[in-house]
Amino acid sequence: MIVAVTGVVLIAFVVGHLLGNLQIFLGPDWVNSYAEHLRALGPLLWAIRAFLLVSVLLHIFYTISLAIENRRARPVQYERKDNVKATFASRYMAMSGLIVLAFILYHLAHFTVRVTDPRFLLLKADPLNRYDVYSMMVYGFQNIFVSAFYIIGMFLLALHLSHGTSSFFQSLGLNDKKLTPRLALAGRIFAWLIFVGYTSIPIAVLFHLVKPAQEL
Amino acid sequence: MKFKLKVWRQKTATAPGKLVEYQAKDVSPNTSFLEMLDVVNEGLVAQGKEPIAFDSDCREGICGTCSLTINGEAHGPDHPGAACEVYMRRFKDGETIVVEPFRAKPFPLIKDLVVDRSALDRIVQAGGFIAARAGSAPEANSILVPKHEADRSMEAAACIGCGACAAACPNASAMLFTAAKVSHLAFLPQGQPERTTRVLKMVTAMDAEGFGNCTNTYECEAVCPASISASLIAKLNREYAIASLKRRAGE
Amino acid sequence: MIGTLDSRIPSGPLAQKWATHKDHARLVSPNNRRKFQVIVVGSGLAGGAAAATLGELGYNVKCFCYQDSPRRAHSIAAQGGINAAKNYQNDGDSVFRLFYDTIKGGDFRSREANVYRLAEVSNLIIDHCVEQGVPFAREYGGLLANRSFGGAQVSRTFYARGQTGQQLLLGAYQALCRQIAAGTVAMFPQTEMLDLVLVDGHAKGIITRSLVTGKIAAHAADAVVLATGGYGNVFYLSTNARGCNVTATYRAYKKGALFANPCFTQIHPTCIPVSGQNQSKLTLMSESLRNDGRVWVPKKAGDKRSPKQIPEEERDYYLERKYPSFGNLAPRDISSRAAKEVCDEGRGVGESGRGVYLDFADAINRVGEQTIRERYGNLFHIYEKITGENAYERPMRIYPAVHYTMGGLWVDYNLMSNIPGLHVIGEANFSDHGANRLGASALMQGLADGYFVLPYTLPVYLAGQIGKRPPTDHQEFCKAEDEVRARTTKLLSINGSRSVDSFHRELGFLLWDKCGMARNTRGLREALTWIPEMREQFWRDVRVPGIGKEFNQSLERAGRVADFLEFAELMCIDALTRDESCGGHFREEHQTPDGEALRDDEHFADVFAWEYQGNGSIAAPKLHREPLVFETVELTQRSYK
Repeated sequence: MIVAVTGVVLIAFVVGHLLGNLQIFLGPDWVNSYAEHLRALGPLLWAIRAFLLVSVLLHIFYTISLAIENRRARPVQYERKDNVKATFASRYMAMSGLIVLAFILYHLAHFTVRVTDPRFLLLKADPLNRYDVYSMMVYGFQNIFVSAFYIIGMFLLALHLSHGTSSFFQSLGLNDKKLTPRLALAGRIFAWLIFVGYTSIPIAVLFHLVKPAQEL
Repeated sequence: MKFKLKVWRQKTATAPGKLVEYQAKDVSPNTSFLEMLDVVNEGLVAQGKEPIAFDSDCREGICGTCSLTINGEAHGPDHPGAACEVYMRRFKDGETIVVEPFRAKPFPLIKDLVVDRSALDRIVQAGGFIAARAGSAPEANSILVPKHEADRSMEAAACIGCGACAAACPNASAMLFTAAKVSHLAFLPQGQPERTTRVLKMVTAMDAEGFGNCTNTYECEAVCPASISASLIAKLNREYAIASLKRRAGE
Repeated sequence: MIGTLDSRIPSGPLAQKWATHKDHARLVSPNNRRKFQVIVVGSGLAGGAAAATLGELGYNVKCFCYQDSPRRAHSIAAQGGINAAKNYQNDGDSVFRLFYDTIKGGDFRSREANVYRLAEVSNLIIDHCVEQGVPFAREYGGLLANRSFGGAQVSRTFYARGQTGQQLLLGAYQALCRQIAAGTVAMFPQTEMLDLVLVDGHAKGIITRSLVTGKIAAHAADAVVLATGGYGNVFYLSTNARGCNVTATYRAYKKGALFANPCFTQIHPTCIPVSGQNQSKLTLMSESLRNDGRVWVPKKAGDKRSPKQIPEEERDYYLERKYPSFGNLAPRDISSRAAKEVCDEGRGVGESGRGVYLDFADAINRVGEQTIRERYGNLFHIYEKITGENAYERPMRIYPAVHYTMGGLWVDYNLMSNIPGLHVIGEANFSDHGANRLGASALMQGLADGYFVLPYTLPVYLAGQIGKRPPTDHQEFCKAEDEVRARTTKLLSINGSRSVDSFHRELGFLLWDKCGMARNTRGLREALTWIPEMREQFWRDVRVPGIGKEFNQSLERAGRVADFLEFAELMCIDALTRDESCGGHFREEHQTPDGEALRDDEHFADVFAWEYQGNGSIAAPKLHREPLVFETVELTQRSYK
């Protein structure tokens, strides 16, 4: 239950974050002003961050303890175990979750704390004297390894969500026999839309469809 | 037809077990899987060896006694249906077939392919009933049950208590079993007075047995011989959430 | 040892007997009930219901079953339904009519008073089961639905899809679970009763073996209730579960309980035909299918065309032809025999030629495939699993198979055997179905005995028994335990060359041939010479691998088959002695010109109750007769034409 509820919070964040990021296609002004607005929230931003952090921690704590319990529930493994219906995504939630976690940590270090790429310190403010998030993103993604890791991270996130989204309805008892298959399909479509949305950014950068707003 | 069998042999609960190979020859495609094992056992007895212990009783898919994992699937390949309803025509001639017991911590192994599933009984004992004393019932037609509700209740009540749901679940969770009983009684007007306490007690008992948690993989409904729908697990979650809230509210 | 059999039937008019009896029966007060220990062996409809109800009343109950859970008792496999005289359909049903149909269906070989009581309490059962949450079929308005069943012209059968037995058993099981949780019932699953213990002539306990650990233990009680089902598995192939056995009742018989009418066995007309050598059991297709299915065979012998190619005018709908008023719903014994007859004429269908068609084409045309699917979906599904054929498109092939046994331990009106304290309920007793049981009556009887009869009649015995429970170290317990141990050791030590199953199969085929759907003097005499030989060979040449102190399925079966090998002889002796035809007991020597069973009421309107005198070859069992007195019904030639 807690896993489901925190999951929803995180899904909401994932959607919001995607909408924010997609503004990159609207040009530097949009993104930079969006970033500025976020920063202007001040303590509220920190409150949101704290809330997300708590959600993530709870989500992780409960899923890990569930996973441990689940492993204990079958001390002797099958020699051969076939799956009739369980999808790959549903069986490897802990795995995909942990890799996504690793990705998030890197991602935060990369774009939020900006400790991995010294070039970001060289960025000048944009014409309206805002931090040039736009150029930071573009430079960040021009590195093929960064983009590759980002895409892999997003792939696993999508995998995680393809099960997690519909799973939420089941865990909270918000579905029935008719709804279940529809929700499962909707969950999958949603997850892969998220994937397409997020990966469109590094792809666009790598293919030079989006260029930095300033030279370093 | 002929088959190579790899069967889990384990003398006692604590002895080490392993897969042992056997040959099944001249098997008619119209032989059931269990009858094929009977024939293998006849051969073993003839050689002075101990036959393979496996559970079965009604052999028509209703008693829920049989409990084999065949080629990695609880009750074998012919879903929906119990292991006793699997016929050899389902397999390819010459195929290797792996036979294992139902594996879950709350199902301790007794011997070879036989496990102890009394954990499921204890879940029902915790509250899976309506407290109706013999002699106390009102006239049957004084309790009207809309056909739709009766049908839904029947669908849930069809559970044969075999434990395949827990055996197939990647987490060895018995949610489908518990959900079926909770739903069967919650759909009926007679089940209402104990509805709140029933679900709380049964879920507590289920957890205490050491079953795993549901992560919504739906592997349970895929192997359920009685086609119990995993949507009943959603119903169980709902019943449990409401009951917990009611209890917190002091009702 | 035994004088005349006293059935203890209360006097007075038939309809008042049960009420009067209850009004005057001895009672045990609530605070005394907990002083009594009652053993119930078996956890099916009768045993489960009895254990739960006695627990509710406050007795201390120990309930034993060989299955790994009481929910798996073979009552679970009953499909079609349960009768009750509710007359919800307004089609003229009544307690009397249910009583009359049952007694006539049993070919006038059961007790009026018992059957009337059964019909009376039938309505209580439905009320109780509904209250328990049994999801019976409903009409759109929410009322209970009914269907018709064989041997009746009213619609009085309540059902839960094709799983009525399962749902009723789960009702009893849940009630039992409630008592287990409450501490009034101690449940012993995977525990088999291997002997009955008598102390001063009273049944005061049992000896059991744990099927898991092999531990042999003694249990003392103030009364023992056997609810261990029927002995159909003596035929090896039957619709019974693999584990069903005669051991508990046969052990009681060897301790002096009378075995009544053992030759009364029911051959069910609609089962899936045998295919192949290794078949281990037969599967029933509920009689309810005959509501919509039409039974036929080709008119020409040896017609091997596929059913669709046989035109209407070349089909023989023989049940409709011979029994126009009951048609496809003729009672079980009659339908079975008719099927055997047409197959004997070479008109049988399927590879073996032992089968007839049950055709749903007309019903599908009339009400649509969806409705048929709703009514019998699970049965069509089972059929397809077993045969690989789709019965929506191609008629089912069916053939009779052993299904139920009307015979059982003799009991009086209180359901107590001639051994004081030993009560026998459900299929294990002989009391209510005479020579043939009607469809949907077994569930009714099991639950009637368990919920509404035994709880009233057990106190009649218990009331005088306060403080008379012996300790389990009493010498009779020790003796019985030693005997059980010795027998187990003996079985394990023979170490011969043949498996237990091979003996069981051989015995079963012999009985099916000689003491099955039709019997005659010569065949029965042959069987009576072969059975002792088979038994002798068993005890010389059987091989039971493994040891006694562990889970050992070969050993379990060996003990059961050893008892079947003795019991089979008793069955054949009974069949030979009952020199008439009645119900399921068809002696070829006694038939009407058109091949119906010909009763001999002058000489055989009796219950045959057999007393053990030692193994058949040593001493023949002693026959006691209980004359059946018919005060209300008139004995007629049973006609379903």
